[in-house]
Amino acid sequence: MSLIDIEDLRVGFPRAGVEAVRGVSLSIEAGECVAIVGESGSGKSVTARTLVGLTGPGASVTAARFTVDGRDALGFGARDWRRLRGRFAGLVLQDALTSLDPLRTVGDEIAEALATHDVVPRAARRERVIELLDAVGVPEPEVRARQYAHQLSGGLRQRALIASAIAADPPLIIADEPTTALDVTVQAQILRLLAARKATGSALLMISHDLAVVSAIADRVLVMKDGVIVEEGETGRVLARPRHDYTRLLLAAVPSAISRGTRLSTIAAGGIALRTPLPERTVDHVAPILEASGLTAVYGSRTVVDDVSFEVFPGETLGIVGESGSGKTTVARLVLGLLEPASGEVLLGGEPWSGIPERGRRTRRSRIQVISQNPLGSFDPRYTVGHLVAEPLRGASSGSGSRRGAPFGSGSRRGAPASWRKDRVAELLDRVGLPADVAGHHPRRLSGGQRQRVAIARALATRPDVLVCDEPVSALDVSIQAQVLDLLAEIQAADGTAMIFISHDLGVVHHVADRVLVMRSGQVVEDGYVDEVFFLPEHDYTRELLGAVPKPVSAGP
Amino acid sequence: MTTVAEIPGVEAVAPAPARRRYAFRVPAAVPLLFLAVAAVAAVAPGLLTGVDPLAADPLHALAGPSAEHWFGTDHLGRDVLSRVVHGAGHSLSIGAAAIGLAAGAGALLGVLAGLSPRYLDELLSRLFDVVATFPELLLALLVIAVTGPGTGNVILAIGIAQIPNYARVIRAQTFVVRRSGYVEQAVTFGLARPVLVARHVLPNVLGPLPVLATIGMGTAIIATSGLSFLGMGPQPPSPEWGSMLSEARDYLRVAWWAVLFPGLSVTLTVISLTLVGRRLQRRFEGRDR
Repeated sequence: MSLIDIEDLRVGFPRAGVEAVRGVSLSIEAGECVAIVGESGSGKSVTARTLVGLTGPGASVTAARFTVDGRDALGFGARDWRRLRGRFAGLVLQDALTSLDPLRTVGDEIAEALATHDVVPRAARRERVIELLDAVGVPEPEVRARQYAHQLSGGLRQRALIASAIAADPPLIIADEPTTALDVTVQAQILRLLAARKATGSALLMISHDLAVVSAIADRVLVMKDGVIVEEGETGRVLARPRHDYTRLLLAAVPSAISRGTRLSTIAAGGIALRTPLPERTVDHVAPILEASGLTAVYGSRTVVDDVSFEVFPGETLGIVGESGSGKTTVARLVLGLLEPASGEVLLGGEPWSGIPERGRRTRRSRIQVISQNPLGSFDPRYTVGHLVAEPLRGASSGSGSRRGAPFGSGSRRGAPASWRKDRVAELLDRVGLPADVAGHHPRRLSGGQRQRVAIARALATRPDVLVCDEPVSALDVSIQAQVLDLLAEIQAADGTAMIFISHDLGVVHHVADRVLVMRSGQVVEDGYVDEVFFLPEHDYTRELLGAVPKPVSAGP
Repeated sequence: MTTVAEIPGVEAVAPAPARRRYAFRVPAAVPLLFLAVAAVAAVAPGLLTGVDPLAADPLHALAGPSAEHWFGTDHLGRDVLSRVVHGAGHSLSIGAAAIGLAAGAGALLGVLAGLSPRYLDELLSRLFDVVATFPELLLALLVIAVTGPGTGNVILAIGIAQIPNYARVIRAQTFVVRRSGYVEQAVTFGLARPVLVARHVLPNVLGPLPVLATIGMGTAIIATSGLSFLGMGPQPPSPEWGSMLSEARDYLRVAWWAVLFPGLSVTLTVISLTLVGRRLQRRFEGRDR
């Protein structure tokens, strides 16, 4: 008997006028791992939540058949669903920090799951909590059980959440993007944990936007788009021989060593995803545009960046990889002149950039710009898109000291005239593939990909020599990520901009970078040409990182 | 066959937190309308009543509401309606002026503390703490004890007592904004510090101020009435809601109207201000989401 068997499931939110799920059929057998893959807005999370009756207020759920644990769930009331959750299906969500009660210890949280379903006698609960934490690989479970969610690292939090999900030993675990916020090595641990759970006979429903993560663990994959399942099949078959064009596009959009030099956003035609080459770009190896030597940064008594040196040439992309807390972003702040190094120095275009008063940097700031992970956070909340993109052009003396020179006000403190700015904004928006009327919009009304395009347009406004990209695509779906990476590559080829590309995603870095720095605990453990470092890693840590990457996905036949 | 089921999602992970619904909701127009009338009364009382609020008529003292005197008369035979209308000017202007003082000085000190080096911030913050330790009314009484009663002094007293409320919020807001991604981003555009503060920090810091001030105004009006009730505010015979309450309280058993209408005016004004303030707040927060 199937654990879950649904046919023609439809979930709508009549008040918002949205139909999120439009006719999904799905069955999950005991001991099986099923994955639903799709972009944000595809309806995958709504589907998962519907399975445990958490669709939310105001949702209308219809189905031709909807049986859970052999019972007809269409007539379920709140109480029936409550009895099901935890007991029959454990839920693991992406953000463990918000899923765990901040005012209760991790141990209490898990004990509650035990108490609700009366699984073990009260006296044995404490002991069982420790056992559960131990089972999910939390070191020192006695200590951790007494701690609060915020005192744990992301990986430990996610483990604690899994422990509470499996507390009542449910036959099914529903995991909604369980590893999305995690580093690659931690992700590998969590996936191993889920796989071990599956090996004991528990069924698993995984929701993810990441095909690679899914391929490591799922038996069957369902590809979802706009509320409909477009392709369904055994994992190996779907990845190797996708039948639907959308699946092909998704697979081709995954950046990796294979995709280097080609566009990620492809057109699926005649059953194959066509890879078109990116424009040629040339690296000018004569003089580095940016040099960092012996950079060290200290917060309080902690050394977060320790003796980091590198150089970047015009037209080149330097990748920086490492886990969270490895000092990647601090390096970006040092390079941007937002943080003074405790020792070491940065040279921009051969001239001192660190260790000088801000006044000396101000006129040259237009030469180095940044694109961050969260564009919305870097936008003044009062500004429209046009205003944002024009911002670097006004106020500061745009382009003074630049080789190219601005048409107006070179060296003067005043910005360029408004009419020129307006034309330039339209030109920049056009360049990043946004329609001109977006200028009047507020960024909150744009999608994540469009916002990142606005951020890129703004960074390009002053025609910088160096672009620092700090996890620029980490918050984006794989197909949107593909478009943004293609855009950055085109810009680099046309302008000869040097790029520092920071990411925790090794595939992305392998796709974009010429050379790479591998960072750990503030130190560079390995650096060199990206193919050499990733194909022939010398340092153990690099090997560990690479080994943790879910096995690569081949893009079509 | 297709059946429909409403699946309730009451547990923690419901996608959108449903706003608490009240069985009874006041339409937005009602408090606004009331405040508009109060504002007219404050600016041009002559439009609402032709009766002189100071004209005493001892023969008709303590007369109940009638066609001639809608709100009745007080112990000196003065028309209560006229006094309530004319009193609006005193109560509202004192409240507004006090809030203007508190919000202005509070914002200034708050921004200063938020942008200052640590030692100066510490100094200012402890100062706010000390002032905030005293209950507002007590502090206002202390100020009056030093300066003596009178309209200007009441404004000063209430204003000073409320300064920490604004300074603290604005200081915290300044911290948030100055560490925000967009201010850091603006640094990378090469903006000079004063330009940066004027263009990005101040406008974003001062956003919540109108909301706070609207809600705070209610508090200030209560404080004004309170001080007047105690005889610290505008001196008799000039009408003020608080002093009217004070004067009429001795006749409460025989003339409830002389107490009810000024009291109702204070209450409704404060409730209206709070409702409007909350609505502004919701809109403001919605903008940030």
